[in-house]
Amino acid sequence: MTEKKKNIWIEYLGFICAVSVFGLATENTYYLQIMTFIGINTLLGLGLNMLMGYTGQVSLCHAAFYGIGAYTTAILSGTYGLNPWLALFCAVAAAVLIAFIVGLPTLRLSGYYLAMGTLGFGMIVNIVIREWADVTGGASGFVGIPVLEAGSLVFMAGPGYYFLVWGIVLAAMIICHRLLASRTGRALRAIHDGEKAAVAIGINTHVLKLQIFMFSAALGAVAGFLYAHFVLFISPESFGFMFSIKIVTMVVIGGMASVWGALLGAAVLTLLPEVLHGFAEYEMIVFGTVLMVVMIFMPQGLTRGIMDILRTAGRGRRAKA
Amino acid sequence: MQEIIQYLFSGITTGAVYAVIAVGLSMLYSSTELINFAHGEFVMIGALVMVTLWVRLGIPLPLALGGAVAAGCVLGLLFERLAIRTAKNPEPITLIIITVGAGIFLKGAAMIAWGKDPFSMPSFSSHESIEILGAALLPQSIWIVSAALVLAGGIHLFLKQTLTGKAMVACAVNKKAAWLSGIPSEKMGILAFGISTGCGAVAGVFIAPITMSSYDMGTILGLKGFCAAMIGGLGSLWGAFAGGLLLGILESLGAGLISSGLKDAIAFVLLLLILYIRPGGLFAAKEAKRF
Repeated sequence: MTEKKKNIWIEYLGFICAVSVFGLATENTYYLQIMTFIGINTLLGLGLNMLMGYTGQVSLCHAAFYGIGAYTTAILSGTYGLNPWLALFCAVAAAVLIAFIVGLPTLRLSGYYLAMGTLGFGMIVNIVIREWADVTGGASGFVGIPVLEAGSLVFMAGPGYYFLVWGIVLAAMIICHRLLASRTGRALRAIHDGEKAAVAIGINTHVLKLQIFMFSAALGAVAGFLYAHFVLFISPESFGFMFSIKIVTMVVIGGMASVWGALLGAAVLTLLPEVLHGFAEYEMIVFGTVLMVVMIFMPQGLTRGIMDILRTAGRGRRAKA
Repeated sequence: MQEIIQYLFSGITTGAVYAVIAVGLSMLYSSTELINFAHGEFVMIGALVMVTLWVRLGIPLPLALGGAVAAGCVLGLLFERLAIRTAKNPEPITLIIITVGAGIFLKGAAMIAWGKDPFSMPSFSSHESIEILGAALLPQSIWIVSAALVLAGGIHLFLKQTLTGKAMVACAVNKKAAWLSGIPSEKMGILAFGISTGCGAVAGVFIAPITMSSYDMGTILGLKGFCAAMIGGLGSLWGAFAGGLLLGILESLGAGLISSGLKDAIAFVLLLLILYIRPGGLFAAKEAKRF
C-alpha cells in the first residue's frame, strides 16, 4: 500500500513538471489555448468518471451541468456585475442543487432507464437555455462575460489562464484520488460491481449515488465557469446532447475507473478534431468508429485495455522464460 | 375550436411518424433487450434514400419506397453483425455507447453522401386538402396515418399468426426457454433488428414530405420515438403506437397553444414524468422492473 501511495506522488510530480514545463516553454498561444481546453475537458471527464467509471451510473446529461455552470457565472457576473469568484460559488451551488433535485428521482433508475432519464434532463436544460432568451441570450449566445481578476492578476487567455486551469485540474485530481482511496471510494466500487450486494453489506447506495452525482455536477460547473471566462462568449450549442456524448466518450476512451484515464481521454478527444482538421468532413465517421471499436474490443477503455495487453504480454514472456 | 382541430390533425400526422419509430424501437427491445440509440439515424437514411430514389432518379413510388426500406434493413443487419454481435459480454453501458457511436458514424456518412443541405420532397399524391369543421386535412396525413396503421397491424398479425412471429414473441418472453424448445433465438434477434431498422426507414419515408430532410434530422426523431415507446410501455407494440400518437398530439397542441420554442421540451418532460411515476408505461398492466 505504501509503495502504491509513493507511486501516486511520483506520478503527480511528473504531471506537475510536465504541465509547468509546457506552460513556461510554450509561447505559441494556439498551443496554450488547446492545452487549456484539455484542462477544462479533463475536469468534466474527472467528474463523469467518478459517476460512470467508478460507480457504474450512466449519465448522458453532463453537458447540462457544464452549461449551468457557464451560464450562471455569465449571467451573474456579466449581467449583474457580481464578482466572478462569488459567481463561481453560485454556479457550483446551483449545479449541486439542481443535481440534488434531479438526482433524487432519476438515480433510482438504472441501466437504459437511467440513461434515458439523464438524457431527457439534459435536453430540457438545453432547451431552457435556448428559449429563455431574455436572460441567457437565447440561440445567438451570451456576450459580455468579464475577464477573471485576482488582485493585480488578470487571467487572460495565455499562460495565466493555462496555469489557473491546470492548477484546478491538479486539485480536482488529488481530491478524486483521496476520495477513491477512502471508505467512500470502496463503497462506490461496490455499487459498480453489484448494487444489491452493496446494499446487503450496509451501503446506503441511493444516498451515495446522489452524493457522487452532485460531486460530478460540481466539477462540471467549475469546468463551465472556467470555459465561460476563457472564451468570453457562450452559446447553447456548446452544451447540447452531442457534448454530453463527447464527455462520455472521453471517459470511455480514456478508461473508465481511472483518474489518469480522464486526462488521457480529454487530451485525445480535444486533440483529435484539431489533428483531423484537414479531414473535417470525416471527423464524425472517425469519431463514431473509434467509439465503437474501443467499446467492442476494450470495454474497459484505452488505459485499462493497453495495461491488460501489456500485462498478458509480460506474463507470456515470463512463462516462456 | 377550428384551430384546435387543425392542431389535432397535424399532431396525429407527426404522431403517426413517432408511432412507427417507437414501434421499431419497442420491437427490438422486446426481442433483444437492446435500446438502439442509432435508431433515429435509420429514419434519416430512409428519408434521404427516398428523396434520392423518388425525386432525383424518378423511380416509381412503390419501388422507391421498397428501396428506402431495404436500405434501412440492410444497414441495420450490417450494424448488428459488425458492431453488436462482435461485442463480448456487453453491459448495457457498453451497448449504449456502441449504438451512440454507430449513430454518429451513420450521421457522418450521410453528411458526406448527401451533403449538409436539406432536401424537400413533394407529397405522395396531389389531391386537394379536405375541409373538416373548418380545418384542412391534407391527403398526406391520411396517407401517413393509414400506412402507419397498416404497418403496425401487419407486425401485429406477424407476431400473432405466423410461426416465426410466435417464435419471436417466445424469445421476448424468455430467451433461454425459447432456445430450449428449439427456437434459434439468435436468428430471431437478427430478424428483429432488420424489422426494427426497416420500421425506422419507413418512418423516414413518411416524414420526408412533411419536413425538410437532412443528415442531422435523425437524432431528435430517434429520441422522440424513444419517448413515445416509454410512454406506451417499452416492449408493447400498440402501447408504443398509442404513445407516439399521444406525443404527436400533445406536441402539436403545446406548440400551437403555448409556445413553439418549447415544443421539443414536451417530449422530454413527458419522458421524465413517465420514468418517475410509471416506468412501465401508461398502458402497462403491472409495474415493470426498472432494471
